[in-house]
Amino acid sequence: MFEEYTMSELTSIFAMQGFAGLILFSVLVLMALGLAIIFGQMGVINMAHGEFMILGAYITYLTSIVFSEHLPDLFSGYFFLAMILAFLGSFFLGAFVEWSMIRHLYKRPLDTLLATWGLSLILQQLYRTIFGAREVGVSIPDWMMGSYPITDLIEVPINGIFVMVLTLFISLGVYLIMFKSSLGKQTRAVVQNRDMAGAVGINTEKVDRYTYAIGCGIAGIAGSAFTMIGSTGPTAGQLYIVDTFLVVVFGGASNLLGTIASAFTISQAQSTLEFFLSGSMAKVLTLLTVVGILMLLPQGLFALKIRR
Amino acid sequence: MSTISFRSLLSKNDIFGFVALVILIMILLPLMLDIFRLNLIGKYLTYAFVALGLVMCWGMGGILSLGQGVFFGMGGYCMAMFLKLEASSPEQTAIQSTPGIPDFMDWNQLTELPWFWLPYNSFGLTLISIILAPTAFAFIIGLAMFKRRVGGVYFAIITQAVAAILTILIIGQQGYTGGVNGITDLRTLHGWDIRTDAAKYILYYLNALLLFVCLFGAQIVRKSKLGRLLVAMREREDRVRFSGYDVANFKIFVFCLAAMFSAIGGAMFTLQVGFMSPSFVGIVPSIEMVIYCAVGGRLSIFGAVYGTLLVNWAKTSFSESFPELWLFAMGALFIGVVMAFPNGLAGVYSSYFHTYVERFFQMLKQQFYLKFLSHKTV
Repeated sequence: MFEEYTMSELTSIFAMQGFAGLILFSVLVLMALGLAIIFGQMGVINMAHGEFMILGAYITYLTSIVFSEHLPDLFSGYFFLAMILAFLGSFFLGAFVEWSMIRHLYKRPLDTLLATWGLSLILQQLYRTIFGAREVGVSIPDWMMGSYPITDLIEVPINGIFVMVLTLFISLGVYLIMFKSSLGKQTRAVVQNRDMAGAVGINTEKVDRYTYAIGCGIAGIAGSAFTMIGSTGPTAGQLYIVDTFLVVVFGGASNLLGTIASAFTISQAQSTLEFFLSGSMAKVLTLLTVVGILMLLPQGLFALKIRR
Repeated sequence: MSTISFRSLLSKNDIFGFVALVILIMILLPLMLDIFRLNLIGKYLTYAFVALGLVMCWGMGGILSLGQGVFFGMGGYCMAMFLKLEASSPEQTAIQSTPGIPDFMDWNQLTELPWFWLPYNSFGLTLISIILAPTAFAFIIGLAMFKRRVGGVYFAIITQAVAAILTILIIGQQGYTGGVNGITDLRTLHGWDIRTDAAKYILYYLNALLLFVCLFGAQIVRKSKLGRLLVAMREREDRVRFSGYDVANFKIFVFCLAAMFSAIGGAMFTLQVGFMSPSFVGIVPSIEMVIYCAVGGRLSIFGAVYGTLLVNWAKTSFSESFPELWLFAMGALFIGVVMAFPNGLAGVYSSYFHTYVERFFQMLKQQFYLKFLSHKTV
């Protein structure tokens, strides 16, 4: 299968596929980070996570329209504002959902799955009613268009680089929030021992609400980044939800670094296989491998070694 | 099993449940509805098999599987493959470039039947594979997961991934599976046309009969020691394990049982509706099947049937008149059932209506005795 390519062509094919995999990786990481916080830390199965992401995407879309109609001079920078708005929109929706639904269901994790699935159906239909069933695309500012040639054969699209840099910053931010800020410390304390955390004076209800909302907010940012590389439709979130859950479980649910590593493995495997097989078979093979490995290592790749 | 007496197998309430359901499904619905609507009910009842499996697996055993559509689909596809082969005899497919193979294979430039289609030339092997293939698949998944003590949330996510994988596989391998359209144009079963009204009546009753057989099977499991162990396991898995039981084996058994029920439902679906497609396999239908069970009451085998009928009836009538509103209603149903009625219709019945039904029966009994006694005195 390799005979018809020269060595340099093969290298560039792998580099380009690898880069395509990196873009997929970035979106998966952004989706999965939020989910890893919600599912891995709190044990809530948030099936509506994809819809929180799409909310961010639609907010970005709306911001881009507002800027192109009223503030065309500032259009090149609209994305940064859109990202903040996307975060805030998903954050507050997340906080509201936690207050109205999730907090009553902490003792029944399987029921959060059903309830948030219901929420995702409602949100999907809401998007369809407001924005229509057709996919919408965001117009990208000029400086993000085009691609950057590394060698004669290898070219990388600039929006892809932007998304990757963004992912890097968000991951760093999540790391700082979870491991350095007092909120992160409180969150981890509540996860490890809820009663004890309450006893030393942590307001566990408040911590839960912020944790859930931050997870949703990160999903919003993921949606914002998603508009840079693809178009947004009401059901786009559902396409990613299974992949995202597998990423989180595969990485070892309560381990943020494991999440990033497993997102990397899965996205690279898939985009490399996609070159040799059809897209659907590549996906089937990747998912099958992940499920197979999970059957052998139920705790995921990077499980915390603790006694339960 | 021999120690189970009739009395302990069927309590008064269970007999009442069976009789009420028999009257509804076998007598009332066929009398009230025309054959088109009755065929729809028959289609809903095939989902009730899945919901019944979920009652056993999720309600009693505490194992939530989000991949029941996989088993429903496997049963359905097995039946559809047999019917499709019968519908593509060399005479009927003479215009194809390769006569004698299903039309979608011909469109995808296949020239001979793939090996895994060959058993479906025989009706006996088809029936065996409808039962055996999904059960064996469930056994493999269950063995791999439960022996390693994977349960709860992880099991749900992995079964969901399995559903996703199978859907992508079926859609991707168009030449072997019929792709996104599924297997269509099914006409006869052993030369018997399944599309006539008479055939639809017969299939409806066959389906109902099978459902009652499955319900009765579920009732036997529920009242046996195995059933009590399942409930104990759901509540305190460790204690059952410490008592010396191998918890994994019970979980595997109940998961396989649920898979088998689903597969029977899937096969009956294909017979009654006349086609099978990946849209009954994937994530969305699998979760919808969970909501049928949850609406009916995850602990009640009769509730599963009523819940399935109710949700599907609502879905059909809603999406006929207000298609946009249906998803809102469905979403609200999910949230409402989980938040307000965790035991579904059965829970509502037993906390509000059960006493009235009891009182009604008491009254009947008294009337009966009064009459009887007054006759005697005269």
